[in-house]
Amino acid sequence: MAILTKEQVKALLTKVLSYSKADECEVNLGGSDSGNIRYARSSVSTSGGSSTQSLVVSSAFGKKLGVATINEFDDASLEKVVRRAEELAKLAPENPEFMSFLGPQEYGPDSPTFSEITAAVGPKERADAVAASLNQAKQNKLNAAGFLSNQAGYAAMMNSKGLFAYNKATDVAFNITIRTEDGKGSGYATRGYNDFSKLDTNTDTAVAAKKAMASVTAKAIEPGKYTVILEPTAVAVMLENLFFDLDARTADEGRSSMSKPGGKTKVGEQLLDERVNVYSDPWNPELPGATWSGDGRPQTKVNWIEKGVVKNLYASRYWAQKTGIKALPSPDGLIMMGGNKSLEELIKGTEKGILVTRLWYIRSVDPQTLLLTGLTRDGTFYIENGEIKFPVKNFRFNESPIIMLNNLEEMGKTERTVSAESNSNYLLPPLKIRDFTFTSLSDAV
Amino acid sequence: MKRKDFIYLSGLGMGALLLPDLSAFGNPIDPSQALEGVDVKIKKELADVALNAAKSKGASYADIRIGRYLNQFVATREKRVQGVANTESYGIGVRVLANGCWGFAATNNVTKEAVAKAAEQAVAVAKANAKIQGEPVQLAAQKGFGEVSWKTPIEINAFEVPVKDKVDLLLNVNDIAMQNGASYVNSVIFAVNEQKYFASTDGSYIDQDIHRIYPSFNVTRIDRESGKFQTRSSLSSPMGIGYEYMNARPEDKVSGVVTRYKGRYDMLEDVKSAALNASEKVKAKSVEPGKYDLVLDPSHLWLTIHESVGHPTELDRVLGYEANYAGTSFLTLDKWKSKKFKFGSDHVNVVADKTQPGSLGAVGYDDEGVKCKKWDIIKDGVLVNYQAIRDQAHIIGLDESQGCCYAQGWDDVQFQRMPNISLEAGKQKLSVDDMIKNVEKGIYIIGNGSFSIDQQRYNFQFGGQTFYEIKNGKIAGMLNDVAYQSNTQEFWNSCSAICDQSDYRLGGSFNDGKGQPSQSSAVSHGSATTRFNGVNVINTARKI
Repeated sequence: MAILTKEQVKALLTKVLSYSKADECEVNLGGSDSGNIRYARSSVSTSGGSSTQSLVVSSAFGKKLGVATINEFDDASLEKVVRRAEELAKLAPENPEFMSFLGPQEYGPDSPTFSEITAAVGPKERADAVAASLNQAKQNKLNAAGFLSNQAGYAAMMNSKGLFAYNKATDVAFNITIRTEDGKGSGYATRGYNDFSKLDTNTDTAVAAKKAMASVTAKAIEPGKYTVILEPTAVAVMLENLFFDLDARTADEGRSSMSKPGGKTKVGEQLLDERVNVYSDPWNPELPGATWSGDGRPQTKVNWIEKGVVKNLYASRYWAQKTGIKALPSPDGLIMMGGNKSLEELIKGTEKGILVTRLWYIRSVDPQTLLLTGLTRDGTFYIENGEIKFPVKNFRFNESPIIMLNNLEEMGKTERTVSAESNSNYLLPPLKIRDFTFTSLSDAV
Repeated sequence: MKRKDFIYLSGLGMGALLLPDLSAFGNPIDPSQALEGVDVKIKKELADVALNAAKSKGASYADIRIGRYLNQFVATREKRVQGVANTESYGIGVRVLANGCWGFAATNNVTKEAVAKAAEQAVAVAKANAKIQGEPVQLAAQKGFGEVSWKTPIEINAFEVPVKDKVDLLLNVNDIAMQNGASYVNSVIFAVNEQKYFASTDGSYIDQDIHRIYPSFNVTRIDRESGKFQTRSSLSSPMGIGYEYMNARPEDKVSGVVTRYKGRYDMLEDVKSAALNASEKVKAKSVEPGKYDLVLDPSHLWLTIHESVGHPTELDRVLGYEANYAGTSFLTLDKWKSKKFKFGSDHVNVVADKTQPGSLGAVGYDDEGVKCKKWDIIKDGVLVNYQAIRDQAHIIGLDESQGCCYAQGWDDVQFQRMPNISLEAGKQKLSVDDMIKNVEKGIYIIGNGSFSIDQQRYNFQFGGQTFYEIKNGKIAGMLNDVAYQSNTQEFWNSCSAICDQSDYRLGGSFNDGKGQPSQSSAVSHGSATTRFNGVNVINTARKI
């Protein structure tokens, strides 16, 4: 599949719209080439590639909407898909929440989401990157299991009201688990980039290997409340559940952690420690994102949490109109402002605590308080007098990110990290938290 | 199309993950298109093109899956239809063995040229990876079946039932919920039809037509004054049958503190109970943490079986293939070889069964052309077997696969997935009432809720939908904020009684996730109501 240029897309979508007889018509077009390689037991297990592209036509008569899709782009096929969307719209029930399509929008400058280097990556480059990781593991008599994937694609939309949007993007994801031969130690590293040349599988493998070797002979200590230092990848899986809850409708309806008794929301309240600032910015060079959302709304820089106060919730255009709030789309990536200290400096300043390098299998226990459960994994260590003293056995925790961000002690430097639960990328700092609740021990390595 | 691709395609951001984004499952189509099939002759021709192309490029083995995956969703909330979507995902995936290494490629351009090109790409991937391959793949022999077919036994094809009938039913469900005290209600009917054609260089051409259905709802009750809210989800199960699941007969109903269902489901009856349960939950007593005897209904226990028995007995996890994602397993090969590893008490007998009627995992053949069957996993409490596919069979001394290979779509590579894993009913006659009569201090749990388990499947925590306190052999009222934590081996060894076959029911999930890129698989788990002694219960209430 070739990545169509902005001009090629414009010509194609203009043609599609010319076939429309509906009150309104909107067309989304996109395609991607992706490839991956997976390895375990120090050998390649599965790998492959996939190429897809698709054109989606949405036609509306009044509040009735029909949607149809096609992956053939000759004139006859394009006309056929428009007719089918119109036929489906006529048969559809009226949707009282239907919103007329948006007119032309200003999206600002393009965001650096695309890398030519990543787009050119094929099976050989992936195999070479994995070979470096595998060789290192073999030399150190460690078991490596990992996954590398890359993707290049484009997305565009145009509608009968004059809106046009285009973006192309690449991404690469790499994650690795190193286990000692006796199965007593395990370490993990995960990275995500837009640019493949930033990926260094050797360094990431070394990080995972160091954690694996250091976590052998873990001691069991009593579960309870501890001061913890969470590495950014552990922070990601906790905080994203708070980010997911910044939805205006569920808050207004009284069924989220953002709801207050009496039908109000917690917007404008001091919900978290005043050092907590969370925002999204599609032009951040470390975490570039699309400058438009799927329904054509611009993605802009938005402060979601400022000095611990929830400032904005995202909403559908319908809900925003109904409740009179700004129709902010859900963001493409989130950033939490951090401090200046490195992870090592955070450890150095800790009298007694536990270093958590990864949290896993996170599930909601109570949506009202955002109580989550899950476990530590792949390297958990006891800290005393500013030093890592010994590895400890894994714990199950029951904790809410809202309680956690009220028990904030310190923040380290923000870095790009990946949630091993959702695969989403974020810019997050390591966090030092007091009274983090571990409820039981696990024998898992 | 994978969810991630769709999110990119539509430029949607993070919040999209929260919304019922129906299009992620495939391309929207006209409902009538779902009833049109693809001619098996055309599929065979395409298959031969792929297999010949792969062989000519040097593959020692090749298979192709031509998949047409149809989904229908009808989603409503309160008085409104949220969406009706018919989606189709159609394409081919070719898997090859070349130079002792696997390669895979897929395309949604279903032409002879594109299919041949995909086969060539798969060989190129295999050859590139063979250079860093450790041991060459050892594939268990599999005889070819020639041209055969299999179809889920259904009485009513869900795709032939008019959308209007489904909408009317769901709006009726919502109406009953609201009349009985619900603040909000969401209801959905989800129907699946996988039309899968598999062909391999072993000489199999297997055409399968697989049907599944899942009606569900979620009722929310909000106490506006206190701001407290509680939910109760449906006690339905996703099933491998047709729309006849919606027509419950008297013999499908299990009476008790709340009515539960066997092979058929009464959605209108269940939603009334759910609305009443949700109101009751808002006012229920918060649990006193401590040790309790648990009486677990099959609508709850299926998930505990799934996580703590199904996953640790997956051979790919045992061997380390999932070490980087889903994790490994505490049920290591030495425990199996010892033939005396006491996984559970003598009451515990667990079977793997890919043939069980009505189950989600029932198919004629797996996704690498192996005929499906049934075998023991835990016998009288002892670990006796795993779940294996063709390239793993030799590791546990088998000369053929157990038929556990599956891919979620045509563009995903097939790998080892869980068959239906079920706890056999007790051999002695025992009803739920008689089981509860003997419990002094216990909790009776119905429906599945929150779940989490570690990467080797030792430590778990489960919630539920409704919890009832048992005091001196009697149900003493509803409890709140309940979750139990245990260790898998301790838990199954605390199993002290299992009700008889008359109480046996299937539960299951459409969303068992494993693999990178992650793939979902549908699987059922049967059991009768079961008692576990002295399990640790925590209180999950917090203040923010």
